[in-house]
Amino acid sequence: MKSTVLKFISAIVILAIGVFLGKSLFSSVSETTAPLPSTMTYRNAGLSSDTTQIAQSKTFTGEILEVKNGSSIQEAVTKAKPGDLIRVFPGTYSENVFIDKDDISLQGVVIKGEWPTLNGKKEINDAILYSGNGILIENFKIVNYKGNAIMGQAGNNFVIRNNWIIDTGVYGIFPQYGKNGLIEHNVLSKIADAAIYVGMCDNVDVLHNEVFDNVAGIEIENSRHCLVENNYAHNNTGGLLAFVTPGLPIKTTFDVILRNNFVVNNNHENFGAPGSTVSGIPAGTGILIMAADDVIVENNIITGNNNTGITIVDLATGDPKANDPNSEGNPDRVTILDNIMFENGNDPTGEIKAIMLTQLDTKGPDIFAYGGGTGSTIRDKNRYRTFGLDGYGIAQITDTKDIPTMMTPSPVPPRSVSKQELGELTYYGVCAGCHAFGTRLIGPPTEIIQAIHNDNPQGIVDYITKPKNLRDDYPEMPPQDYLSNEAKMAVAEYILSIKQ
Amino acid sequence: MSKKNFILKSSISGLLLVFLMVIFASNNKIETYEALPKLNSNCPPGFKKNVNNECIAQNLYMQYNSSNNKGVGGLQTGLPKIRDGFSPQEIDLGRYLFFDPILSGDGTMSCASCHDPSKGFSDGQKTSTGNNKQKLKRAAPSLWNVAYLKNLFWDGRATTLEEQMQEPLFSKIEMNNSPENLVQIINSIEEYRNMFTEAYPKKDENSFIELNEIYKALAAFQSSLISLNSKYDRYAHGYHEALNKNEIEGMNVFRSFVARCAECHTPPLFTNQQFAVIGSPEPNGLPLDPGAQIPFNDSTLRGAFKVPSLRNIEKTAPYMHSGNFATLRETVEFYTKGRGHAVPKNENLIIHWHIWEPELSDYELDRLVDFLKSLTDETFTPKIPETLPSGLNPSV
Repeated sequence: MKSTVLKFISAIVILAIGVFLGKSLFSSVSETTAPLPSTMTYRNAGLSSDTTQIAQSKTFTGEILEVKNGSSIQEAVTKAKPGDLIRVFPGTYSENVFIDKDDISLQGVVIKGEWPTLNGKKEINDAILYSGNGILIENFKIVNYKGNAIMGQAGNNFVIRNNWIIDTGVYGIFPQYGKNGLIEHNVLSKIADAAIYVGMCDNVDVLHNEVFDNVAGIEIENSRHCLVENNYAHNNTGGLLAFVTPGLPIKTTFDVILRNNFVVNNNHENFGAPGSTVSGIPAGTGILIMAADDVIVENNIITGNNNTGITIVDLATGDPKANDPNSEGNPDRVTILDNIMFENGNDPTGEIKAIMLTQLDTKGPDIFAYGGGTGSTIRDKNRYRTFGLDGYGIAQITDTKDIPTMMTPSPVPPRSVSKQELGELTYYGVCAGCHAFGTRLIGPPTEIIQAIHNDNPQGIVDYITKPKNLRDDYPEMPPQDYLSNEAKMAVAEYILSIKQ
Repeated sequence: MSKKNFILKSSISGLLLVFLMVIFASNNKIETYEALPKLNSNCPPGFKKNVNNECIAQNLYMQYNSSNNKGVGGLQTGLPKIRDGFSPQEIDLGRYLFFDPILSGDGTMSCASCHDPSKGFSDGQKTSTGNNKQKLKRAAPSLWNVAYLKNLFWDGRATTLEEQMQEPLFSKIEMNNSPENLVQIINSIEEYRNMFTEAYPKKDENSFIELNEIYKALAAFQSSLISLNSKYDRYAHGYHEALNKNEIEGMNVFRSFVARCAECHTPPLFTNQQFAVIGSPEPNGLPLDPGAQIPFNDSTLRGAFKVPSLRNIEKTAPYMHSGNFATLRETVEFYTKGRGHAVPKNENLIIHWHIWEPELSDYELDRLVDFLKSLTDETFTPKIPETLPSGLNPSV
């Protein structure tokens, strides 16, 4: 009896040791095998729609910097050089990360369901701001910020994917003034304006995201050439939006495809900030097209949105704001192809309710159009309950299968400036404040500099980096060490080449 | 051999002949013109002279593109299209005119009276002072980087500098001149006649100076006022040590979507050149300024003003269209005191959507001011002429 108990206990002990060993061995293995990101890949670009091949990718050329719990992501960004990859391990990071460099990749490493989490504690404004080109941000959980989770200001060729974003203030993912970008596989909720907001951008794909419990799910504003595909937008105030806001420096929205999305039960109470554009969106709006041109709505499942399935309005109707004489407010050439629509308009509100009552209808329509605009069409008007579509002709196209992506076939190149041009820009843009050819300004005339550093551009580079006051008759020159090494050498060579 | 000699001899004598003719011709010239060049033949800093004697803007922002060529975006974004291409002589002539009080009806005010280079090309007053010390209705806008602006005046009622300048020149309450008197008095000054002949060499030297030439020279000078080499710019071009910790924190508040400053004051010019109704108060209970409502005849623009550039903003206190705020700190605080908090009760303005309740802390407001001061660059400030063709003292 005793021996069987002993045997039993020893068996359990051996098992426990085995489990312990196995766990510790395998878990350390899993940490090291967390995959590197698949770099900057441009899915489908230029390919046909029946392949998963990646058209081009940009490989990492730099170093890998690791950030572990307790240290700062920003410190790694400060150290990083273009081409570097920053890998952030699970932990909580309460900081505002800003990336004012090109070609930096920020990758969260998720281990056993533990995410690297950026937590703004409702005290910090934004989680990640970037202004560089070629920025990749993936695998982060971002919560409780006041402004944005991820905001881009003028970065081209961006990839933002696989992020889990909850209650980050005004916007979740917000690239602005960017060209050629990919936003995919993100999950966003509880955002007080748009969860994904593509603002004043061109050539952006928004694919495979889930957006819910936000005021607006996905918003394409004053942007051109955008594809919104296979997203699941549910329980927002409004699901998918394509529109023009007047008073912005880039004035148009056109060439937008909303395709294969699930736009379901977008009936959340509107909690947008007073005065914001989205604060005027009635709860129960599936898709809203306001003043945007050439929008195609194709093959979406649009159901259970209590006000309307699709609303198409002009600016004067949809969002009365201070006028902008340079902003054209009518939605023109909207094309509605086949969509699955039912159970929309069950509980209409406000103006739509009033308008429908004049039609002796207590329900809102699947598709509601109001105000100006010309050239819009629909493929099969008879299958939906509609209002205001009398002027809509029959669509000239049946599908958009020939358009697999709106991204550019290759990354947008930076402006190329030759060494001579850089030297010239630096000379006239900076040095000319104190130096000119043939006259004395604050510093010595350019021909004197030429005489001192004849055939020796490095001499000029050394001097401007750390000037020594060589002449009593001139004031000491402030160091120009802020110029990049390329600019310093370029301007040195340019100075030696000037003839007059 | 003899053939070669012949060629040599004939070419030497030919050269001699040409030389003599040149001397003769230039002698002739010296007899008719006595004036030495009065005007600078070099472009001001920030510009390169091309083969057509035109000054073309050159700066480090020309390394970058901008989205849809609008000149708005982030740190490394190109500028909007500039108005350049004036000759160095036109620019220099404009400099004399700009500082010359002879341009006003009674010879007491020059352009620089309200656009003083030592005050950021503004005047340090809440609202400017006009003819006979009359108080005007709005603050003098800075002229730095004005060559990039598409709309002029606070309410945007002019689109070119030539159109703009005719208002202050000929307004009864401003410089109080008349086109007839201006053109007559400039023509009566011999040194100006010589300068205009130099700046407009195609002119027949006996013909009169025309108003349009006066306007164009003034526009040329104003378009040469470039400020793009601040500490901020050094950061933007990649030297991140240029800004200290406080300034960087301020920059991040500035561009965050909580404060939203950069949404309208968008780099690189720190204006998106649009109109916005922000509901800023008038000083001392003055009535609300309807702003762009008047020139555009559009009630939705009631209280709208052009978004000003913030470059050299440190130098142009007091702030807003009627100078209600004495300091930058008070100005940035305005934006966090509540949407529409200063709008008169009887007014129903359509306040801009970016004006909201950002709840910025005192610390953040201080950092914003730190950042705004990093936008200062006056390295290309032009020289005030020591003497003027009119014989008057340059007035500022």
